[in-house]
Amino acid sequence: MQQDSANIPFWRDIRILKILFQVLFIIGIILLALFLYTNMLQGLDDQETELSWDFLFSEAGFDIEEGTYSDPSEEENDSDPSDENLKGFWIGIVNTLRESIEFDPSDTNLKAFWIGIVNTLRVSIVGIFCATIIGFLFGIARLSSNWLISRIAAVYVEIFRNTPLLLQILFWYPLILVLPNVRESINFFDSIFINQRGVFLPSAEPAEGFNTWMWYLLSGIILAILVVIGFAVFRYLSRSRELQQTDRPSFVSNLIFSAKWTAAPIILIVPFLAWFLTPDAPLELSRPELQKFNFVGGIDLTPEFTALLIGLTVYTSAFIAEVVRAGIQSVVKGQREAARSVGLKESQVLRLVVIPQAIQVIVPPLTSQYLNLAKNSSLGIFIAFPDLFQIGKIIIGQTGQSVPTFAMIMTCYLIVSLTTSAFMNWYNRRITRFDSSS
Amino acid sequence: MNENTTNDPIIICEDVHKWFDDFHVLKGITTTFKKGERAVICGPSGSGKSTFIRTINRLEEHQRGTIIVDGIELSNDLRNINLIRQEVGMVFQQFNLFPHLTNIKNITLGPIQVRKMSKKAAEEAALALLERMDIADQAYKYPSEVSGGQQQRVAIARALAMEPKIMLFDEPTSALDPEMISEVLDVMRELAHSGMTMLVVTHEMGFAREVADRVMFFDEGVVVEEAAPADFFDNPQHDRTKLFISQTLQH
Repeated sequence: MQQDSANIPFWRDIRILKILFQVLFIIGIILLALFLYTNMLQGLDDQETELSWDFLFSEAGFDIEEGTYSDPSEEENDSDPSDENLKGFWIGIVNTLRESIEFDPSDTNLKAFWIGIVNTLRVSIVGIFCATIIGFLFGIARLSSNWLISRIAAVYVEIFRNTPLLLQILFWYPLILVLPNVRESINFFDSIFINQRGVFLPSAEPAEGFNTWMWYLLSGIILAILVVIGFAVFRYLSRSRELQQTDRPSFVSNLIFSAKWTAAPIILIVPFLAWFLTPDAPLELSRPELQKFNFVGGIDLTPEFTALLIGLTVYTSAFIAEVVRAGIQSVVKGQREAARSVGLKESQVLRLVVIPQAIQVIVPPLTSQYLNLAKNSSLGIFIAFPDLFQIGKIIIGQTGQSVPTFAMIMTCYLIVSLTTSAFMNWYNRRITRFDSSS
Repeated sequence: MNENTTNDPIIICEDVHKWFDDFHVLKGITTTFKKGERAVICGPSGSGKSTFIRTINRLEEHQRGTIIVDGIELSNDLRNINLIRQEVGMVFQQFNLFPHLTNIKNITLGPIQVRKMSKKAAEEAALALLERMDIADQAYKYPSEVSGGQQQRVAIARALAMEPKIMLFDEPTSALDPEMISEVLDVMRELAHSGMTMLVVTHEMGFAREVADRVMFFDEGVVVEEAAPADFFDNPQHDRTKLFISQTLQH
């Protein structure tokens, strides 16, 4: 039965229907957006607030204890006078960086917001780092043939994966607050102190030779980059002659190969070499020292930061452990057998054959876990950790500018998430150049 | 017996038993393989033939009896297991090449990591092996980029790179498209003539007749019959063997 295409009524014509539905959908979205917008204007009108960005540059009027740098020499007048003598380009940069996270109630709301961003990034980056390591350990441990180890890993994963994160954070926080007081700190080697005010760690502070050392370091790094590129060019050209067109590795992969073999020694050797060339010590160890009321010097992690970090790390590591376990189990049994049959030891089987294949399966869900951790850091609000979200809330409370502030908070989380995602996607593409279907 | 076969035993199996839970897979295998001998192991599926050769490099653990490979007893001693695995190469039905490594790196992995060979020496040896397998031009491709027959030859080269004294083949041609079977069998034939001790689980009866010194017929976990190929194919003694041969040779 032949039908002339001109005779199809339009409500049955697939070509027309396709376009029609899209047009209707767009109209629907525009109407919804219009409704939300007028609703917002109505709401702002009722509250008698005007949309404006001026509040960002007005005085904050509140203090932030967390993640801000306070110069110990300002608080303690008897500090080492040599600190004052430090001069030079790099010292200037360090000082600028420090000023960027100094905060005073007289600073602007924008500066407060910046401190919030820094705090969110701090807890997220350290959290992602720790959760990855712990997650991998427990994921591998859960597959151990040692019954005890695999049971312990299973219990860890099941407990922390199946209870709410908020509950866990609210559990860790008081645990830190009931630690010994400052005078009776738990002391490790006179360098690390743990007490109810948080964790105090030693830090490296710039000293006399810092400026000179940084110049040596910079020239070392530039030299190293030149060596890497030079080696890659040499390798690319020489391999091109040896191999046929199809087998020739690309210049980029040569560059990566070259960097892989030269970067590690450079990262290790250059700073030490520069240290020897510098007449004065470039860095000095700053240990936390007990002053009248608290520790001074070193790095100070507040109870809020510590509790949030532990909460995020433990919770996320349980999920990462499962992701790792699934990845390892996705590698077929024959791969292990083949690896064993060429004589590899169990640790080599895991490192050289299983993990490189599992990592491809692991990376995409691992990315989701990283994003979750970064976003979950907003739960710090319940223990008054001054992250992006908490400071945003304070600003809203003080200025009433909820719409612009929420827009800023959302934008910041989006930027963090999309950047993480982009990086992980790039990494994933790099490691999945081959097809694992065989 | 072929010209390479000696009288020195290299694998000695004494009353080898193996259970998978309640299932008694190997019911007391006692046999000896001599240096340079080529044995073909056949039998219906589930007869324990694959399990048997897998006990020889401890991919499967036997629960009773003794297996001595090149003077080393396979026990729970990790060092012995590792030593034997270095002496025994294995080729699998599913190739089991490492998909994340190029063909040449598949081959050099063992020599570099286990034999502690230098990368350069290992690569030269690997290229020579690929040349012998007639696939030198595939060295820098990934396994997924070459055909099944070529993958299986890379897998053979990978096993040979460890310079094993014994080669185990677990149905090496069963997963191949028909037109690729002969290229793998050619390589195995060449290997047999070079004097390698080979234990081959296969359904390729032509290969068995031509290359084997001895054909072993497994059924239900025991060796029902073993004989030189001429006797085995032309004058089988047991009914089960006769049935199996008539079924396999029909096509």
